Amino acid sequence: MSGFWYDVFTYGFLGRAFLVGCLVSLCSSLLGVILVLKRYSMIGDGLSHVSFGALSVAVALGFAPLKISIPVVILAAFFLLRIRNSKRIKSDAAIAVISSSSLAIGVIATSLSTGMTTDVCSYMFGSVLAMNQEDVVLSILLSVVVLLLFILCYHKIFAVTFDESFACATGVNVGFYNLLLAILTAITIVLGMRMMGAMLISSLIIFPALTSMRVFKSFKMVTISSGILSVICFVLGMMGSYFYSIPVGASVVVINLCFLLVGFLIESIKNKKQLRSSIKLG
Amino acid sequence: MNELLTCNNVSFGYENIIAISEVSFSLKEGEYLCVVGENGSGKSTLMKGLLGLLKPLKGELVLDEALQKSSIGYLPQQTDLQKDFPATVFEVVLSGCLKQRGLLPFYSKKQKETAMKNLKRLGMEDFKSRPYKELSGGQQQRVLIARALCATDRLLILDEPVTGLDPAATMELYELIKRLNQKYQVAIIMVTHDIKSAVNQADLVLHLGQTQLFFGNVEEYKQSEIGNSFLNLGKGGK
Repeated sequence: MSGFWYDVFTYGFLGRAFLVGCLVSLCSSLLGVILVLKRYSMIGDGLSHVSFGALSVAVALGFAPLKISIPVVILAAFFLLRIRNSKRIKSDAAIAVISSSSLAIGVIATSLSTGMTTDVCSYMFGSVLAMNQEDVVLSILLSVVVLLLFILCYHKIFAVTFDESFACATGVNVGFYNLLLAILTAITIVLGMRMMGAMLISSLIIFPALTSMRVFKSFKMVTISSGILSVICFVLGMMGSYFYSIPVGASVVVINLCFLLVGFLIESIKNKKQLRSSIKLG
Repeated sequence: MNELLTCNNVSFGYENIIAISEVSFSLKEGEYLCVVGENGSGKSTLMKGLLGLLKPLKGELVLDEALQKSSIGYLPQQTDLQKDFPATVFEVVLSGCLKQRGLLPFYSKKQKETAMKNLKRLGMEDFKSRPYKELSGGQQQRVLIARALCATDRLLILDEPVTGLDPAATMELYELIKRLNQKYQVAIIMVTHDIKSAVNQADLVLHLGQTQLFFGNVEEYKQSEIGNSFLNLGKGGK
């Protein structure tokens, strides 16, 4: 165990991955609570595929990956949100179309340029080695912005999520907050994707929120708990990846899954207790 | 008494297609107005207009000064999403103070007191820290009314408040609304399908059918041709 912490603080790449991973887990779990409640979980998944496509094209053309993919994914997020309100095309179909097309474009771009190398594999399933110094600085800055905006707008975000029509009637600019949510989600997904992988990043958004909702019943507690839980799962997942030499993304997802199962267990025990006490009272 | 809200020949609609035209009525402090009409008669469009979500295409809508500063208390129809939303009753009610809060990131003590006061008015103070989703339908409506009262306690707009409630809860909710109206002088605009109860509760009736078919007090409505046929239609159906 001490070997793990020693290596995190001495090997630059491990330390960087650890720091960025914790921040991204925190951001994605906070946003995740809202996305799950708004029934936007699949948007997170769709955006990660778009992010993969953009990243592959950027690398193939020799551009800096993050600077290209962040704006592309923000655009895609904006577009997906718009589609949700349109009656012409169903949003789940739209997400499926967009995610598989961008995956395809990404794969074509890589195979035309470098060929299917380990690079592609690391985009798909994540790698701790993917980050360089510049990425780390950008990731830290953006994560801090996401966190600050979330805290400052917490109550408005709550109101808009709980009841859009009421928020609208009290003069909140609902469209703006939905857009803000889309942008923050897009940024978080691009940042986390390198480490977690395009296939697995959406789990960071969905799992901690789901688990917390099993156990807690107030919005505040659900938000706080999923933030803490997400960071814990990431640290445990990274340890797992270190000790057993498995990809960090997969390891984090499995740990999250374990916590979710424990969450279900706690919920069912709680329900039974409640039932028993209500029978006693009755 | 002052006029809270006046519509002068107002038309509302979407992208220049008029959904409801030539509506003229006014509401004074403490009055109770029922908006009735069939599906597609423009009830929800009118309501969006009153809430300021649609601009009038023609005519003018005048709100009294105090109402302009605060906002209108609004009880929307419940959505699916709220059925499993993790939030306590107090969190929900407090979100009604959103407008007073302005740009500050947190609620002040005074706003928390307002929220508490409104919970008490609706007899829900014991449920303060209970999860919203575990309440019964009628209790949830009470919580949402308390939230609406946090926005203002002068005018409440209720959008089909009894949808999905059982008969006992429906009666209870009607009595509660009546009490708010009489005891606290909250003016009420209620959009409803439940025409018979509406006529028993309200002072005024506004009957819509893409345009204004009737506006006046309940007695006049019962005497009028349209009111009579609509009321009997309800009876014939049951």
